[in-house]
Amino acid sequence: MQSQELVVTSSPHLREETSVAEIMWTVNISLVPVMLAASYVFGLRALAIIAVSIISCSLTEYIFLRARNKEVTLTDGSAVVTGILLALTMPPAIPLWVVAIAAVVAIALGKQVFGGLGNNPFNPALIGRAFVTAAYPVLITTWTFDGQTAATPLNLKMMEGEITPYWDLFIGNIPGSLGETSAFLILLGAALLIYKGYLNWRIPAGMLTTVFLLTWLMGHDPVFHLLAGSLLLGAFYYATDMVTTPITPRGRWLFGVGAGVFVVIIRLWGGYPEGVMYSILLMNMTVPIINRFTRPRSLGEVN
Amino acid sequence: MILLSVATFKKGVHPPYNKQYSSNKEIQQIPQPDEIIIPLQQHIGASLEPVVKRKDQVRRGQLLADSDSFVAAPVHASLAGEVTAVEKVPSPQGGRVLAVKIKAGGDQQEELAEVPGKEPEELSPEEIRQAVRQAGITGMGGAMFPTHVKLAVPEGKSIDHLIINGAECEPYLTVDHRIMLERGEQVVDGLRYLMRATEAEQGLIGIEDNKPDALKALKSAAAEFDNIEVRATETKYPQGGEKMLIKALLDRDVPVGGLPLDVGVVVNNVATAAAVSASLREGRPLIDRPLTITGEGINNPGNFEVPLGTPIAEVIKAAGGFAGEPGKVILGGPMMGQAQTSLDVPVVKGTSGILVLTRNQLEEYSPAPCINCARCVDACPMYLVPARLEKLAQQEELDKLEEYQVMNCIECGSCSYVCPAQRPLVHYIRVGKAAVTARKKSEQGGS
Repeated sequence: MQSQELVVTSSPHLREETSVAEIMWTVNISLVPVMLAASYVFGLRALAIIAVSIISCSLTEYIFLRARNKEVTLTDGSAVVTGILLALTMPPAIPLWVVAIAAVVAIALGKQVFGGLGNNPFNPALIGRAFVTAAYPVLITTWTFDGQTAATPLNLKMMEGEITPYWDLFIGNIPGSLGETSAFLILLGAALLIYKGYLNWRIPAGMLTTVFLLTWLMGHDPVFHLLAGSLLLGAFYYATDMVTTPITPRGRWLFGVGAGVFVVIIRLWGGYPEGVMYSILLMNMTVPIINRFTRPRSLGEVN
Repeated sequence: MILLSVATFKKGVHPPYNKQYSSNKEIQQIPQPDEIIIPLQQHIGASLEPVVKRKDQVRRGQLLADSDSFVAAPVHASLAGEVTAVEKVPSPQGGRVLAVKIKAGGDQQEELAEVPGKEPEELSPEEIRQAVRQAGITGMGGAMFPTHVKLAVPEGKSIDHLIINGAECEPYLTVDHRIMLERGEQVVDGLRYLMRATEAEQGLIGIEDNKPDALKALKSAAAEFDNIEVRATETKYPQGGEKMLIKALLDRDVPVGGLPLDVGVVVNNVATAAAVSASLREGRPLIDRPLTITGEGINNPGNFEVPLGTPIAEVIKAAGGFAGEPGKVILGGPMMGQAQTSLDVPVVKGTSGILVLTRNQLEEYSPAPCINCARCVDACPMYLVPARLEKLAQQEELDKLEEYQVMNCIECGSCSYVCPAQRPLVHYIRVGKAAVTARKKSEQGGS
């Protein structure tokens, strides 16, 4: 029998269909309800912010990949994820040029300088947001609602001790950043990702449980703390960014618990009303050491 | 419907099984080949010394090569005829090995060893091990480790369970399924000899619950023996991994670097058990084996009884030849099998299947960067961190590789299978294992 040119590769010879692009685009799709809610609550301006953020992130990614002589991998959807996540941290009145600057910083300093996808230690969207917080502190804390300047639920709590009704928090009829309005829609998107197996449930479980228990122990309203601010969005979407979180099961728990502790410290005793962004960025730093010390015990390994 | 308690292990994956191509096909004898090629090194351990030379006439079943070494199993002629050469040939495991080539001729009547035909209880463990060694029996599930070595229980150890592995978790393969259906009594009989050889009190047969007919067949074959139990295991890859099966059936962890016998267990494949019965009841050496030939690239997938040494091209011909343009020819299953460059390589004792994938089925993979998604960690049945092992192997961090238990990898391929970045994880882990092994050897050699 003649021997045709046979392909030889090492096993396995079967692969599951899932790809990085599929994971990233599913994340994007899961955020569509949150984005639609933002435009419903804050008007078309919200869509403009999201569009500017996505376009600026993608453009920056494109320029850097070309400059680094790398294959242009915009279709993997990861720059779009960063664009959406960055936009969702923005207050509705933010000038669009600030959004563009934040996007450039997110992709350039948050991702590409470390070697691009898979190599960045910090969540790129939060790097962009942290930059704006430092550079334009007034713009990033100017909240508008129904065309009026308004205080967010956490601000009200911090300044006036006033608690916003749970139902408004859950449905999203409140001032805040684009993405932190409706707890319900965030949970809906997260449920899709958990169902598809694209979301590490241990991290949000650890983070939310910690915030709930600690605020309760400290004599605060734990349900308010769960629903207010960016905690749910942060726990399900920013703290679970695969690249910047631990790879081991126990490590994911630890990451979530650690982030929850920081959130409570900043909210209750810090200078800012909200601490989700910094708590996640701080925990990002600990990922290599968490991975190292939570290596699973291999089957049959003693001690 | 009877509710079965289903034994299982943690983690693992669910690849498409694709067993429907051949699971209903009875085992058939393939036409006698004109020439056979018997490699003299089929497993780790010593290479065999040939006891025949060119131009010798040999009978079917005659000894061709043996070794004084303990970790070795002899090989026999599976075809009567003339030895045409003792030369190097391409090995199905890669590289080239010395082999005896025989051209068919003369009477194909088999030469059987004289056996007393005694019941297991009438033989001593040593007598059974001797017979198994003489018959040249090795593990027939893939690794081809000499069976008599597995059965030799070292001083101070004792075996309480002899497990027969009927999981057949590799996709596409159906030969173990067919053996259990068609030769269930032989499998149970072989198990009885294996239990006697290891003095194990209890026999256990583990079968994935996607083969209810095999479960039924073996339950009825084992019904008269109180000390043999047939149990369903979850249909999940790699359920047939020795360590997974022991975990599932007995909830025991084989220690890192250890063997099943460290936890009182010996595991044998169903085909091996049947071969043990044939050697002790009939004096038959291991010269034929059943195998599955299947895949989208084969016209008539099926299960065939094949003389060892038959070039795989002959088996492909017997199964109706290629359907479409072949892309990959794999010995074994798609998860752990080895892709071949040549169709001249022979069927050996561990060849459980020949899988042909068409060219259209092959996808080109261009690995993307690892995004730390941890799907590999969640899939690894050995609780390793494959993504980390891959990086450490690339960086040749040998100390770290050992710290991360690289040698505990069973190369099942679950991590590569689930990787969304399509990274060749197992490939690099193998490289890492080889580097660690090489360093150990050189350290031992230097001291």
